[in-house]
Amino acid sequence: MTEKTDTMPAIIDGVRTPFMRSHKAYVDLRACDLGRFALSGLMDRLGIDDSYVEHLAMGTVIHDPHTPNIARECLLAAGLRATIPAHTVSLACISSNMASTNIADMIRLGRIEVGIAAGVDTCSDPPIRLSPGFRHALVRWQKLKKPAQIAQELMHLKNFELADLALDAPSVAEFSNGKTMGEGCEILAQIAGVNREESDRYAARSHILAVKALKDKVFADNIVPVQIPPAFKTIDQDDGPRADTTPEKLAKLSPAFDRTFGVNTAGNSSFLTDGASAMLMTSVKRAKELGFQAKAILADYVYQAGNVLQEMLTGPAFTIPVLLNKNKLKIDDIDVWEIHEAFASQMVANMKLLKSPRFLQERLGFSKTLGEIPLEKLNVWGGSLSLGHPFGATGVRLLFTAAKRLQEQNARYAVVAGCAAGGHGSAILLENPNFT
Amino acid sequence: MEKVMETTNRKNQNTLDQNKSPDARALTMSVKDGIAVIAFDDPDKKVNTLNSKLIPLIGEFLKEIESSPSIQGAVILSRKKGCFIAGADIEELRSAKNAKEVESLSRKGQEVFTRIENSKKPVVAAISGACLGGGLELALACHYRIASDIPSTVLGAPEVMLGLLPGARGTQRLPRLLGLEKALSMMLTGSPVKASKALRMGLVDYVSYAEDLEALAIQAAQRLAKKNLVRRQKKKKGLSGLLESSSFGQKFILKKAKESVEAKTRGLYPAPLVLLKVIEYGLVNSFEQGLQKEAEEFGKLSQTPEARGLISLYFAQTELKKNRFGKPAQPVKTIGVLGAGLMGAGIASVSIQKGMTARIKDISLNALGKGKKQIWKELDSKVQRKSLTAFQRDQTLSHLCLQTDLHRFETCDLIVEAVFEEMELKHRVLKEVEPALRDDAVFASNTSALPISEIAKYSNRKDRILGMHYFSPVPKMPLLEIIVTDETSKEATALAVDTGLRQGKTVIVVKDGPGFYTTRILGPYMDEAALLIREGYGIRELDDAMQLFGYPVGPIKLIDEVGIDVAFHVGDSLGKAFGKRMSAQEPTLLQEFIKNKWLGRKSGKGFYLYQDKKGALAALTKKSSRTVNLEALELVEKFKVKPQKMAADLSDTQKRVAYRMVNEAIFCLQEGILSTPTDGDAGAVFGLGFPPFTGGPFRYVDTKGVKKVADEMKRFAEIFGERFAPCPLLVDMANGGKTFY
Repeated sequence: MTEKTDTMPAIIDGVRTPFMRSHKAYVDLRACDLGRFALSGLMDRLGIDDSYVEHLAMGTVIHDPHTPNIARECLLAAGLRATIPAHTVSLACISSNMASTNIADMIRLGRIEVGIAAGVDTCSDPPIRLSPGFRHALVRWQKLKKPAQIAQELMHLKNFELADLALDAPSVAEFSNGKTMGEGCEILAQIAGVNREESDRYAARSHILAVKALKDKVFADNIVPVQIPPAFKTIDQDDGPRADTTPEKLAKLSPAFDRTFGVNTAGNSSFLTDGASAMLMTSVKRAKELGFQAKAILADYVYQAGNVLQEMLTGPAFTIPVLLNKNKLKIDDIDVWEIHEAFASQMVANMKLLKSPRFLQERLGFSKTLGEIPLEKLNVWGGSLSLGHPFGATGVRLLFTAAKRLQEQNARYAVVAGCAAGGHGSAILLENPNFT
Repeated sequence: MEKVMETTNRKNQNTLDQNKSPDARALTMSVKDGIAVIAFDDPDKKVNTLNSKLIPLIGEFLKEIESSPSIQGAVILSRKKGCFIAGADIEELRSAKNAKEVESLSRKGQEVFTRIENSKKPVVAAISGACLGGGLELALACHYRIASDIPSTVLGAPEVMLGLLPGARGTQRLPRLLGLEKALSMMLTGSPVKASKALRMGLVDYVSYAEDLEALAIQAAQRLAKKNLVRRQKKKKGLSGLLESSSFGQKFILKKAKESVEAKTRGLYPAPLVLLKVIEYGLVNSFEQGLQKEAEEFGKLSQTPEARGLISLYFAQTELKKNRFGKPAQPVKTIGVLGAGLMGAGIASVSIQKGMTARIKDISLNALGKGKKQIWKELDSKVQRKSLTAFQRDQTLSHLCLQTDLHRFETCDLIVEAVFEEMELKHRVLKEVEPALRDDAVFASNTSALPISEIAKYSNRKDRILGMHYFSPVPKMPLLEIIVTDETSKEATALAVDTGLRQGKTVIVVKDGPGFYTTRILGPYMDEAALLIREGYGIRELDDAMQLFGYPVGPIKLIDEVGIDVAFHVGDSLGKAFGKRMSAQEPTLLQEFIKNKWLGRKSGKGFYLYQDKKGALAALTKKSSRTVNLEALELVEKFKVKPQKMAADLSDTQKRVAYRMVNEAIFCLQEGILSTPTDGDAGAVFGLGFPPFTGGPFRYVDTKGVKKVADEMKRFAEIFGERFAPCPLLVDMANGGKTFY
């Protein structure tokens, strides 16, 4: 049980832009535009005075070289008080989990009382660079002044090759081993023994739940509509969830990464998405003073990292047990689970690993098993597979969704977990201060 | 420690001590590190101005600087925040008796400024805040100009807007410094430039981010004295450089400028043409001869009725910048706007641009999106013109909250409803919104004619309800007419006036009554115009005639712009309230138009056509239509009336239309709708385009002669009907030999 002291960090509420498939509705926007929409939307929805806000932490994965500290640019563009410091956090798909725990720690240590955790990413506008040869030449050319230097540089042009005109685009691959996420997930599926059918079943479940949640207007309070110049058409719904998804339909797709034995297809993997999210956090004491009802207390968290190849996507499996153990909780004590769905097979694999005595023993040195996460408590309003996954924005979405579920279900504990490139994992424990 | 040595000019010190003359306090000199610092700071005024007492004082300071071996140079600056020098003392110009007197004022300024320019010791202008008119000319005489980058730092030559021209070497120095094209654009439009643009143009030599420029300017003067700092001359390149440098090119530029001025002013404003003449004279002859001509023409222009009218208007505007209801306890931080149409979006736009947060409510997100688009377009055009960065545009828009409910309306300090002009709807909106508001929040109705007391009828907080009549398009139109009822509190009025002023509007406060002020005087004006065309006057001819009188838009065109349905409703309700004086005709003609759905510009058809060849609505194109709707002409023919007596000449026609507006304005003053003639003049000019050079209807009557106007109205009443019978107040004043001002 956690102590409910005044300085405990609380989640008040969060918002997000509609999450849209990349190269579609948000194709003309930069990441800082999306971040601005989420921040000004948060201020508008909660109607708080920015004079209370003391810090902003924002997670992002794809860095636009023009906005290296995108948190600051979004804060200024959203018209918030310029004297609020802002920093950018980058930890792949759990970037805004980290932004949130950063803010939580600052509150807990009494450094601040009110902060905003946020996240943003767009895959529609990747920073494509020139080839290294071209880049270096351009830098040299800028410095040219004397005719002799120019003459010398012209001589260099001989060495210029056609390949130097090729562009250098970023990919979703590990820098250390060159493996893409999809390839990593195939490795995980083989290790955990996940087949195609269970993957497709899980993916279909995600879509069906998301479609139902949207229909029930579950997210109405949390989605801020976006209107984009010059047409200003209103976008107020995610375009990810597909109502017609069935396991049978998904079964017809061919594997995307491993054509021979692969289980991951375009249909059961999360797709490239653009979007942003933002969440207000305060100390328990400040929440009362400002007249807010805290939805959740961020009680504890665990970050771990593992083998970059085999454990690229097993973050939940190797962090959740540690978090529960630390807090003397059992799986049954947790009524709200929100876990980032990178791939359907990754979700199935993590579930399998969590109930595997061998994994727990060998990887974490646990002698006892924890039990199984019941599906009916997991991602009940859809997940990244259906709602979409703008990398940096997902963590905050999971956190405010979990907080909201705690209230709606009158549940006591929630766990938010995720995996991230580099073999990272995160698990965060939330507790409902209003639980009766 | 810096050594500060007070001026050794005993004589000046003595005058200061003995008489405590405000002029001596307004301009002081001290010496710092070998540099004389001449500082303006008028203790009695909000801004510094140049007058006939200060200018010789500069001369005396200059004498001392030149004769003292310990002084190496000088700096001219202002210690007043937000103002360097706002220009010449207009009051002094206005009270001068004749052209010669003003000419000699101009010469005195020229002489002292020439001495600054010829001084062997360098003089640096440190410009922070408004540097306008004579202030700019003083800066131009200096050898080096540093400007601060605070938003209030603007440099400009707005003399033509007062019917004058730059009279202290500006007409000669500016073209030689900037080149003819840029100088003409500054002097003809009168629009000021910001520090950054001034630097690009070569108008200033350096821009500093520090508001207090003294240290930097002293350093500049010291370095100039040691020849350790050189002014960089802007070189003109390309075609325009070639044009500028040849006398043929200069003639060509001046000719083009003259053509454009003539087209725009229709010969009604003498100042810009005289300005061009003076510039040309100086270029053809010499700088010195140009100065002679400048002073002479400056004197003459100052005595023209146009200059008097425009100056009077300037004073009205200055007067109205003060909030006579006092400062509100708390200025508006958040404004609520109901309705995201053209008006609502416009009101939100001018609010967020001045640092307020705006919450707009409408029925659907799509309607709100349209409103947001309108604001974005306006801001984006500023980005295109480089007066705003794309980042600032986005930042500004972040203060716009769109909503379909009353979410967080308790944070709104002022709510302006801009829904359709229908009493029932206004009642419904007020009833719906009131429970969501804070007790101290002010509710304003944006209406052009619906009585405010009627709108407030069911409210139990009538003291916080008033009218805010904005003009369309809100961001462009300078006037805001605030309407108060007998129950509106002073605090509520103060808050509304403060908001309007912050939104950059000229604000008049009038009493509630049918049509308030502006709509009420517009009614008879449009009525007479409609009657004239029924009497057989051509539509285009009438519009041309009134434009020649000085209105920016003709009355028939105005009916199209306002909307024929709106014009009809206004006329109808005014007719019901005031009878025959208001509507000389059954409003059947306009009713026929409405039946045919010819509603003016918005429907593509009115008295004129607003459709392109394919029949698509050209309503959104900015071009104004000159094509008369022939079907409308046929209809007018059907409603033809026998001319009561065909107007004898153009001036009688013009007066028929204009007098009805003027007479009604005087009724408004008599009935207390208006509290001052100043409000009336500003309202008619800035809201309805009453010829600006007349200074407004009240100033117009004063200038023409109260008795003369009253007599003429009596004559009109005999010929054309009772509606011209002069207002009793006017008759009384004529009999008593009084004037409005």
